[in-house]
Amino acid sequence: MRIKRNTLLTTTVFALLVVFLYWLSANRMQNGMLVSVLQKGVIFALVAVSMNLLNGFTGLFSLGQAGFMSIGAYTTAILIIPVKSLDGVYYMNGVHPGIRALKMVVADSPAFVQSIFPFVALLLGGLLAAGIAAIVGVAVLRLKSDYLAIATLGLSEIVRAIFSSPQFDQITNGSYGLNKIPTFPEMAWGLIPSLLTPFIVVGFCVVFILLLINSSYGRAFKAIREDEIAAEAMGINLYKHKSMSFVVSSFFSAVAGGLLAMYMRSIEAKTFSITMTYDILLIVVIGGIGSVTGSILSAFLVTIAKEWWLRFFDQPLFFGGWQVPLFRTGFRMVIFSILLMVVVLIYRKGLMGSTEFSWDRLIGRFRRTKNSEGGAA
Amino acid sequence: MSMTTILQHCLTGISLGGAYALIAIGYTLVYGILRLINFAHGDIFMMAGYFMIFALASFPWPVAIIITLVVTTVMGIGIERFAYKPLRNAPRMSIMISAIGVSYLLQNLSTYLFTAIPRGYPELPYLKKIYQIGELSASFVTILTPILTIVLVFVLMILVNKTKTGMAMRATSKDFETAKLMGININRVVSVTFAIGSLLAGIGSILYFTDRMSVTPFSGTLPGLKCFVAAVFGGIGNIPGAVVGGFFIGIVETLLVALGYSTFSDAFTFLLLIIMLLVKPTGLFGEKNVEKV
Repeated sequence: MRIKRNTLLTTTVFALLVVFLYWLSANRMQNGMLVSVLQKGVIFALVAVSMNLLNGFTGLFSLGQAGFMSIGAYTTAILIIPVKSLDGVYYMNGVHPGIRALKMVVADSPAFVQSIFPFVALLLGGLLAAGIAAIVGVAVLRLKSDYLAIATLGLSEIVRAIFSSPQFDQITNGSYGLNKIPTFPEMAWGLIPSLLTPFIVVGFCVVFILLLINSSYGRAFKAIREDEIAAEAMGINLYKHKSMSFVVSSFFSAVAGGLLAMYMRSIEAKTFSITMTYDILLIVVIGGIGSVTGSILSAFLVTIAKEWWLRFFDQPLFFGGWQVPLFRTGFRMVIFSILLMVVVLIYRKGLMGSTEFSWDRLIGRFRRTKNSEGGAA
Repeated sequence: MSMTTILQHCLTGISLGGAYALIAIGYTLVYGILRLINFAHGDIFMMAGYFMIFALASFPWPVAIIITLVVTTVMGIGIERFAYKPLRNAPRMSIMISAIGVSYLLQNLSTYLFTAIPRGYPELPYLKKIYQIGELSASFVTILTPILTIVLVFVLMILVNKTKTGMAMRATSKDFETAKLMGININRVVSVTFAIGSLLAGIGSILYFTDRMSVTPFSGTLPGLKCFVAAVFGGIGNIPGAVVGGFFIGIVETLLVALGYSTFSDAFTFLLLIIMLLVKPTGLFGEKNVEKV
């Protein structure tokens, strides 16, 4: 009975979400801000969940997310920039002949191949990042806590340096960055409009991560997080599981990076700096380290608040003739940093702590408040 | 490249390395005692740059330097009290996130207060005076930096090895809990550590920015991380090691820029870190630390 009610509730919420997104897609002109904020939110939700898989579930404090995102973003962008825009994008240094040849092949391929090619590009970006993570992991995962953090941070800086270096001008366009990246593709011959694409891709990825966390591998990750030595004594292969978590997390970060490239339409190496990793860390910490639903919730909340609701902090505010002090460019980010510090110092669990969202708890809390109100009366 | 150019670049590198060494000491001291990478250290260094700009706008330079150093030191102690002390018994990941949070806060706060547009660093005429040594030319600050660094390190070594406070610091870094049991006032030791680290970062900031001409809210991030690498390279917790690491990274970075690989000069530092951690995790002069179960 109970299980049935919960499934019913979940299905209803999902159905409502899909209807809402279709409605949004039909009326995207009037709701430009909402669309862009939701799309950015869902992309950051994927990065936050993948960072949480590593930091919250496996206990590996890694700060390399931005680097893996940039691998995904660059791979996707290079693959999907249309042939006719190539000369415009690489106007300074020319494009590598190999890339042009590859694009010619894709442009001549049947329509079906072309329609799924953006997804292939996302997948390739993810696989490349996963491969690099697997190789680098051999070395880096031997390090513990803060050394791992600084090494992965360094790794992400190395990736950034390679992408912006003049030696790779013909591939990454050096410090000029890439632009004219096509936006999200449609799916299923137009049945699913392009607006829904990031939501569906992210949905699939998050479901995969959830399944992984709830499998025996996921239990091994948590055991490693709690106590490495005890986990090893229980027969868990430390290196294998750490490496798996690192590779999976990098793969999904890169997919999110590819989506971000499609969302922003133009990328440069500077986009993926240390600040971006810190932004993602902020989302993970606010959502609760070790909670997938917390990360998703907080990704949307933080993105919407930052890009939309709290914009007014950056504008001068007038009450009658009196200008409210403090309100000017940059104030919003100060508020966010203070919020992060408050969460870290006082409210250490974040939104969800290390628990997942469940209908039972929500309804239980609702009932309890109702009961206590009744008792008071 | 002729011999003169190489020597010229080496001189610049040594000067940069001196500033790096001073910042690296802050990392090494704090890590030695709290086992914490103080991610905010680079931003303290950046804030010191801004303090100097504002202090010099209204005071003569000797007073301005003193004000900058005092304010930086107080800020360092304040950050420790406010952001790290409440978390002393929390898991290490929490303290590290708190350090990142402070760094994030300082960057955003300075973007808000001083805007992200680079602000010109005031020139001290004494420091910028050009001297000719044979065919080499160098401003006074270039020559002053390494000398000052070595003098300061010498003073610091005396402080750590000969005074009572220094003994307390050494005891705390050896074993936090036992030091506490022996009646050492841990909070005072930690405060002193942060004070010394911030003071040296303040001095390093004056020397570094005099050569760089401008400060932005993000100009502390990369030097900060590089100096941490310098501290690891020399063996974390080891003061002379940090100095050697600082000079080494400063010189190699300058030479890489001179050879035209400026985009890779940052990457080199991190590559050095990863290789060092894999080959000799204790650093050049670090003590062997046995991992206890």
